[in-house]
Amino acid sequence: MSNEPHAAFTLSEGLKREIDAVMDAHDHDATQIVGILLDVQDAIEQQYVPEPVAFYIAETLPVKVSIIYDCLTFYSALSDKPRAKYPVQVCRSVVCKVNESDSLLSTLKKLLNIDVGEVTYDGRFTLEEVPCFGACDKAPAVRINGQVYGPLDRPEKVQALLAEFM
Amino acid sequence: MSSEVRFITKNFGKYDPMSIDSYLSIGGFSALKRAVTMDGEDIASLVGRAKVKGRGGAAYDMGRKWSQARAVKGDHKLQICNADEGEPCTFKDREIIKNDPFNLIEGMIIGGYTVKAQDGYLYMREEYRHLRPLLQNAIRQAEERGFLGDNILGVEGFNYHIHLYSGAGAYVCGEGTALIRSSEGKAGRPRMKPPFIKVSGAFALPTCVNNVESFAIVPHLLLDDAGFYMSYGGGESVGTKLVSVGGNVRNPGVFEIPFGTTVREIIYGLAQGIPSGHALRLIQFGGASGKITDGRILDVPYTYDDLKKAGVTVGSGAILVIDARTSVLDFLRMNQAFFSHESCGQCTPCREGNLHQKLLLEKLARGEATSEDVAMMKKIGKIMSLSSLCGLGETAQSALLSAMEVFPDTFAVGGAK
Amino acid sequence: MEMVHLKINNIPVEAPKGTKIIEAAKSININIPHLCYHPDQRVKARCRLCSVEVKGKAKLLAACSTEVWEGMEVFTDTQIVRDTQVGILQLIMADHNANCLTCARNGHCELQELCTRFNVLDPHLPDVCKYPKANNTNPSLVRDPSKCVKCGRCIRACKDVQGIEALTFANRSDNIIVTTPYNLSMEKTDCTLCGQCSLVCPTGAIVEKDDTQQVLDALQDPDKHVIVQTAPAIRVSLGDAFGLEPGAIATGQMVTALRMLGFDKVFDTNFAADLTIMEEGAELIHRLKNDGVFPMLTSCSPGWINFIEKHYPELLPHLSTAKSPMSMFGAIAKTYYAKQTGIPLDRIVTVSIMPCTAKKFEASRPEMGRDGRRDVDVVLTTRELIKLIKYVGLSFDNLQESEFDSPLGTGSGAGAIFGTTGGVMEAALRTVYEKLTGQEAQPLEFEAVRGFETIKEATVIIGDTPVKVAIVHTLASARQMMERIKAGDCDYTFIEIMACPGGCIGGGGQPIGTTNATRLKRMAALYKLDQNLPLRKSHENPDIIKLYKDFLGEPLSDQSHALLHTHYHAVHKMYEFSTEAKVK
Repeated sequence: MSNEPHAAFTLSEGLKREIDAVMDAHDHDATQIVGILLDVQDAIEQQYVPEPVAFYIAETLPVKVSIIYDCLTFYSALSDKPRAKYPVQVCRSVVCKVNESDSLLSTLKKLLNIDVGEVTYDGRFTLEEVPCFGACDKAPAVRINGQVYGPLDRPEKVQALLAEFM
Repeated sequence: MSSEVRFITKNFGKYDPMSIDSYLSIGGFSALKRAVTMDGEDIASLVGRAKVKGRGGAAYDMGRKWSQARAVKGDHKLQICNADEGEPCTFKDREIIKNDPFNLIEGMIIGGYTVKAQDGYLYMREEYRHLRPLLQNAIRQAEERGFLGDNILGVEGFNYHIHLYSGAGAYVCGEGTALIRSSEGKAGRPRMKPPFIKVSGAFALPTCVNNVESFAIVPHLLLDDAGFYMSYGGGESVGTKLVSVGGNVRNPGVFEIPFGTTVREIIYGLAQGIPSGHALRLIQFGGASGKITDGRILDVPYTYDDLKKAGVTVGSGAILVIDARTSVLDFLRMNQAFFSHESCGQCTPCREGNLHQKLLLEKLARGEATSEDVAMMKKIGKIMSLSSLCGLGETAQSALLSAMEVFPDTFAVGGAK
Repeated sequence: MEMVHLKINNIPVEAPKGTKIIEAAKSININIPHLCYHPDQRVKARCRLCSVEVKGKAKLLAACSTEVWEGMEVFTDTQIVRDTQVGILQLIMADHNANCLTCARNGHCELQELCTRFNVLDPHLPDVCKYPKANNTNPSLVRDPSKCVKCGRCIRACKDVQGIEALTFANRSDNIIVTTPYNLSMEKTDCTLCGQCSLVCPTGAIVEKDDTQQVLDALQDPDKHVIVQTAPAIRVSLGDAFGLEPGAIATGQMVTALRMLGFDKVFDTNFAADLTIMEEGAELIHRLKNDGVFPMLTSCSPGWINFIEKHYPELLPHLSTAKSPMSMFGAIAKTYYAKQTGIPLDRIVTVSIMPCTAKKFEASRPEMGRDGRRDVDVVLTTRELIKLIKYVGLSFDNLQESEFDSPLGTGSGAGAIFGTTGGVMEAALRTVYEKLTGQEAQPLEFEAVRGFETIKEATVIIGDTPVKVAIVHTLASARQMMERIKAGDCDYTFIEIMACPGGCIGGGGQPIGTTNATRLKRMAALYKLDQNLPLRKSHENPDIIKLYKDFLGEPLSDQSHALLHTHYHAVHKMYEFSTEAKVK
């Protein structure tokens, strides 16, 4: 009703087992919900926590689903909306900005043919603007699924990086 | 003139950070072995004599903090290592974790012994996720060798365990109470104090929170019989400090400097200065929550007192250099955008104030601002500093309010429409 | 008690250690502005409106969260404090959907009062409200996040009092909102529609669903015969809105007001409460004699019914099958009363005035009607009745007193105390004791079941059998009790459960401003009503006796079962994984 775009997600038995394993690894400890959600999100192709998954974790951990939803929307590394297989996170803090992260971003937009927040047709890439991730000595930098790449001060470097994920 | 020293960073590159044997081969854990022969109070006063101040940004006297934490009564006490290094242009803790994870673990264990805590929570920002395996490995190996666990080094009742927790992209979690909420499995929104963390922190247990660099100093201090550390700096700023230098400099990075090194030596020596052809516009000290100034600070020695006299603070140890290609106003807009994104949103001044400051700065940039708008900006900045719930809202306007004093021209607008 | 000495605006104040500045100031009649502070809730210190100056402190301190200390010097009215408080208010107003004139809370909104107080005519800031929308499809509550000031009172009521956590904060910075998980409509969440959130909201961000127009229309329709029943708790809370002291008993004025509003008959739910005791009491005796399921649980609080149906469906056999007094009244009105008066059912409109938002849902349940007709057509909360009384312009406090109509207007003292926690139990005990022993209980007051603790227990000797009973209010405590039943750690025979703190006197539909202090006064008023009535036992109510004689036969008869009993059902959750659920 409220979430037409991603209400269609089906929670497979395989994914349930993966989620169970994540919860086991965290001792079924509800205080570790943030770590659990990060790991579960990693296990989902589009790097987010869909509604049925949130309810599954809530019921099995157990923890209130409202806490899960609060965390998903509060922490910027977590998402309740589909992202992509490779979310390309571009640092938009001052250090990268004064090191030409604007042109890095426009190169990425051009190469991927998407704007910030959009997903490529094949669902592989999305572009996200994020605050400083502490790679100021590699500015301008991007982060893809936890790995930092930089300095990406020339379009060729950006192209080469994206090629790694093709 | 400008030279780095190696005290906190002395192990960097000297051993394999994935191997406890490698760490032991360079004398790893000898500080812990010495610590357990000492009284905890003596360790706290050793740290106090070295005038170590919290390296996360608040610069609270660490010896005193440990002594107070030690005195708090409680059968179960906790310690937290704040590795949520979120201040933009700050990446010194990252270097410690990356190059010397065992020393950090050793520092935490000594801390646990000193303040009589049984559990240590190592809360690391999600952005450093790639360093997680290093810490997981260090913790596991230390457990296997009996440096973590029960009756450590055969000391009856000295039990200490480290739990690795991850942030998930929220700057505010660097704030103590927010970090605690986050490690309790909730959204990291700060709470009011009191109750103070030292009495009722995580899981309502007495909790002592220290920064990565603060912990990392301790093992070295314990073994510093020659007084190497104390030979640097003076007054309230003794020893060495890690600074992260970034922005428009040719050699951005983390440097260990003796207190008293001038700002010029750091920026133009260690960081090799601004790319040629450009002039210095401004420098921000201590991260996004820090104040800004201009070239007048270059010959000021980097110490707590001297920086304070010059109108800025050490803060997180960040030194952000901006050259003339970026205007003060553009810098402030970028800095404001950060806070408008990172406010936790629960208290009115910070939630609403950061939004309006962003809009007002945009208006100023469009050339549409009136003197009333500038006055409003100052008023909101003051309200936020005076009445926000936590340190984030309190310091979010440091850059703007300092800019109004240092760069008044930026805010010179025509009269009311 | 250790006392602390301080000065507030240079006035010496003495306060017990642990007192917050805001309370110390109140003791000398200084009202420090606030939105998130609520006397019954944990300190939140979020709105920062109560920021005050304390000598020696560079920052302002929140008066709601700062404890007084010896020698403290507080200033609540300096230039900097005023600038800050007014500034914060302006910041709030710039992010507020200020359509006050059409807002349900117009005239009794805490934000509006503060704006009046500080003369905030223009925020001097651009409108930054994002006008967020909620999913409102339930029959009880309406959320309007564009009015929300993010104080978090509703979240605390839902979590700390009720243990439900249907509401949560989401997002951060200026995108923060109070919402349900995934912005689901309330009925898809763990919400029980108890409405405690709407009772603590300082603004119009959560209000009852307004059904007043339906009633106004029916009252204007000459073809309709509109009858009204009023719950036991209304008469001791209605006066709050008209300047009477909290706990004032205003039965007579209430009846007059309802008559002046145009209701054809004004009846009393207390009558139906007595009927409930007849049925529920008989059911208890039946279970005792037939080795039934114990403990038996009461079933009159719809928030509680929603709770057990959603959260503990496996315990439904414990629930009494008796309908609530409101629904029993509706069933009798649409059968017995219709027959007696000869008024065709199409013309009868039954309205109930309830202290409760969940009653709106209860009345809409298909079980509560027959032949496609609802037994109760419209449920109005106390707050909506206040609106109606104001609508027609009655000077409530000056109204003459008058009596309920007959035959559904007589209630005993036992029926009266249904409105408070412990009341249903005491009413039942009075009747069950006498039915089982043939003697009147002495004394008639069961003091052990009275009081405000959220879980009370008592052992009552009936004849020579000790009967263990428990009384529970708030859903957080109900959950504890359910867990004990599941664990087999529960040897009670009968448990009274009410969803709201204090029972119906503290219901989610009660006047804004209801606090635990006012709840206690209303509780005392109900016991006083009972004390002063000659008729104090349900089974002695002459109208009840007549009803059984003329129409129902006896308690638990077929007719009674058809009209006055029902069965409750497990409510399926949106996602059910329980078969695979791992319980640690």
